Amino acid sequence: MAQSVQTHTGDALERPPGLRGVAADLSSDQRAFKNVSWGKAMMWIFLLSDTFVFGCFLLAYMTARMSTTVPWPNPSEVFALTIGGQEIPLILIAIMTFILISSSGTMAMAVNFGYSRDRRKTAALMLLTAVLGASFVGMQAFEWSKLIAEGVRPWENPWGAAQFGSSFFMITGFHGTHVTFGVLFLLIIARKVWRGDFETERRGFFTSRKGNYEIVEIMGLYWHFVDLVWVFIFAFFYLW
Amino acid sequence: MAQVATHAHKQDQVRAPEQHQQHPIRLYLVVWGFLFILSAGSYFVDYAGLQGYLRWFLILLFMILKAGLIVAVFMHMAWERLALVYAILLPPLLVLVFVAMMASESSYTLFTRMAFFAGAQ
Repeated sequence: MAQSVQTHTGDALERPPGLRGVAADLSSDQRAFKNVSWGKAMMWIFLLSDTFVFGCFLLAYMTARMSTTVPWPNPSEVFALTIGGQEIPLILIAIMTFILISSSGTMAMAVNFGYSRDRRKTAALMLLTAVLGASFVGMQAFEWSKLIAEGVRPWENPWGAAQFGSSFFMITGFHGTHVTFGVLFLLIIARKVWRGDFETERRGFFTSRKGNYEIVEIMGLYWHFVDLVWVFIFAFFYLW
Repeated sequence: MAQVATHAHKQDQVRAPEQHQQHPIRLYLVVWGFLFILSAGSYFVDYAGLQGYLRWFLILLFMILKAGLIVAVFMHMAWERLALVYAILLPPLLVLVFVAMMASESSYTLFTRMAFFAGAQ
């Protein structure tokens, strides 16, 4: 009988709507984020701290660009590519944006299939997400080598304010690192899903704990965050 | 037995079960489409060579709409409990205070550079 009591899970405690409910949750002297597993809550808090990291990078860029007396290089021309004899502005960046958005879409669908316990579709969509992410990093590597060949350095560049190079390498480098780690973790979790770890309740090699399909959603949070950061970088660094 | 039942009922109130975020695929596809359109819009701003306030306004508008769609639907914030939503979304807004401080500071730096180093350039 004690067991039946323990395994029984009911609905969440009703709270008054709005701010009153928030205050009731936070002051309840239990867990503040009800309905939210510790894994998901910790991922969100990590993403919040990461938001501040990227926020500070973009702020440093803004400060450098606003305070320099030398004209800022025009990103529209710097990132133009010549395709078929025609110079198309920002085309590579636009393609990278569409690729990252598509990878977010496939990731969102992977989360859905994960909760439907369709492990083949989940793993396939996660693999597709990883491939799109890897091609994003590949294009970024191409972009970096093109700019370095044209003489862009963290301390100088041929077109204008010297801070352009340092801001560019810092911001896109940090974002590219995030994408790279995201791809690695996508592959690790896709392998677990494919192998059926969450059906057989196989224990993780590192934590020795049983996993479940929520890890796909948590992985998705990280991946969408990487896409989210790119939205801001695209707007502030490439388009401004 | 009745006692156990009431006990179990109390347990319900203490333990909130974890909710999973499963939403129809169609919704994700629609949002995906909107994100494509918005990205194409912001690319068009540059392609058409719009300048000045119109450019900045459109860039910020498309950026905020895209960020909102990603956070609300892809990251499921629209369905999360309000305590989590506020805990995560309010702190980044404080960065705007930092932005205001650094904007004022960089205007001052620019002013001193113009006033004292303009001849050296």
